[in-house]
Amino acid sequence: MKNMRLYNKRKRRNGFFLTLSVLAALFGLVWLGLILTSLFYNGFSSISGDIFTQMTPAPGAKGGLANAIMGSVLMSTLAVVAGTPIGLMAGTYLAEYGRYARLSFFVRFVNDILLSAPSIVIGLFIFELVVFNNPDSYFERACIGLLGTDYCPLGHFSAIAGALSLTVIVIPVVVRTTENMLLLVPNGLREAAAALGAPRNAVIKAVTWRAARAGIVTGVLLAVARISGETAPLLFTVLGNQFWSKDLTQPMASLPVVIYNFAMGPYEDLHRLAWAGALLITIAVLALSIAARILESSRRS
Amino acid sequence: MAYTATIDPEAAGKRARAVKSGGAKDARFHGVTLLASVGVVAIFAGVIASLVMGSMPAIKAFGFSFVTSQAWNPVTEKFGALASIYGTLTTSFLAMAMAVPIGIGIAIFLTEICPRPLRRPIGIAIELLAGIPSIIFGIWGLFVFAPAFQATLQPFLIELFANIPVLQALFAGPPYGIGVFTASMILSIMILPFISAVTRDVFNTVPPTLKEAAYAMGCTTWEVMWRVVLPFSRTGVVGGAMLALGRALGETMAVTFVIGNAHHIKTSLFAPGTSISATIANEFSEAVGDLYISSLIELGLILFVITFVVLAIAQLMLGALEKRAGGVAA
Repeated sequence: MKNMRLYNKRKRRNGFFLTLSVLAALFGLVWLGLILTSLFYNGFSSISGDIFTQMTPAPGAKGGLANAIMGSVLMSTLAVVAGTPIGLMAGTYLAEYGRYARLSFFVRFVNDILLSAPSIVIGLFIFELVVFNNPDSYFERACIGLLGTDYCPLGHFSAIAGALSLTVIVIPVVVRTTENMLLLVPNGLREAAAALGAPRNAVIKAVTWRAARAGIVTGVLLAVARISGETAPLLFTVLGNQFWSKDLTQPMASLPVVIYNFAMGPYEDLHRLAWAGALLITIAVLALSIAARILESSRRS
Repeated sequence: MAYTATIDPEAAGKRARAVKSGGAKDARFHGVTLLASVGVVAIFAGVIASLVMGSMPAIKAFGFSFVTSQAWNPVTEKFGALASIYGTLTTSFLAMAMAVPIGIGIAIFLTEICPRPLRRPIGIAIELLAGIPSIIFGIWGLFVFAPAFQATLQPFLIELFANIPVLQALFAGPPYGIGVFTASMILSIMILPFISAVTRDVFNTVPPTLKEAAYAMGCTTWEVMWRVVLPFSRTGVVGGAMLALGRALGETMAVTFVIGNAHHIKTSLFAPGTSISATIANEFSEAVGDLYISSLIELGLILFVITFVVLAIAQLMLGALEKRAGGVAA
């Protein structure tokens, strides 16, 4: 009978903890569901055609988010265009030329730290590097000498500084996924190409990159998703701009910063615009992640 | 019939040139990729160097007292980081205390209990949520969670703990809605999907034979989880939690919206406070004076050092797990 008691005790304990874990799952999913519901509810009720055609308004005036959307798209594009080649090359080194090199272990470690480093610190880095430049520095004088006062981005807030800080966020994401995807390419493919006499760079470009293409594109999409909601590093690199500006050396509006400023202010109509902006970002991020997922599964099959 | 090899000197020369130029191109490509990976290290070094250089004026002016002082007065230019550091650590640890058990619960649910057809959709939903930018959580916390919390749960908790010695001090004060506790809640909801996704992946590295063996011995599901899966994947779970802690420590937007931005340390968790990242985000673009800016950059440096240590530990633990998982598979 002692056995029976023990058995019942074990069964009860099992039931208790499993119930707890089901409750935990329910609890977590309910919160996340609540957030999405109120985001979609508030977002969709605030969205109108004006969002895409009007500039960000002053309090009390009517307006939209057109300049902020343009700024975000422009800076994200610049960051991806600048960051992808660097990340791709570094990832290729880690997976191909330097797979077992001592340097690679260090690069991997540093890259993984950068991957989860606080983005606000990245913003401070670019601020120090670009925005807060000493006007007498050799660096800035060379820049002005080379580009002229109107085009030199150093020494003040600018869209270039914002794009740079996003680039620093893009690079580690692309490095990590590129390396992982290249490591999945079977060595037989590389050996077969090498046996045909192809030099290593040709093997990489014609065989391994091609085999890992879907995975690498997935990484780039994830990087875009990552930066499209990034706010902290933009606060003190691009600042913000109420007007339509395509000048990369000047402050520019961006969606996350506009959301932050509008939401922190006391004006109800600006809060609505903030919700609309938040919804746009969420839809963009979800669409990108889903696209990445579909690519990934198409690669598997 | 004898086959006589004829070597066409012109073709041989061409081939030799092709091999040579191929080698040169390969060396060039090798150089470019090497340069790019050195570039990653250079960015890292640049981050550290720029933070150290930028915080030099503040380090010279305040020395070590910067981390022990609560003062934060832009007018008299007296700055101390203690309130910010305290806020960062409290919000992160409270968030972890709430999110880790729930996250592990979700992971157990997903690997053992959930009906098979639902596993993939729920898993994907959680991964998608892990990618939602933190500003979304921030704006939701400010407009939806904080007012609701202020109206319902907060007065109830204050009332509930009013006569219990320690809790009384922790849950004291008027219900503001925003504050350290609210920031921790938002933070924990934000890192929850991340912890669940990582823990589930770690659980999936446990070889099925181990679990099957335990089930064959007559273990209950819970015993399999508690005595086989968790011990096997302990390093990975802790590593994943450390990774999430790294995120929570550096998280800016989800916290800035709801923490209240008050530079003081209060015992009550319901009082407004601040964190390192919230202070920087709030004050940086309006900071005037070299010492003010430099103090904010030194805050950034402190944050970077803290997260670096946490993330480095996480890397080492997850790295160890990877090696062992590789060993088991082989």
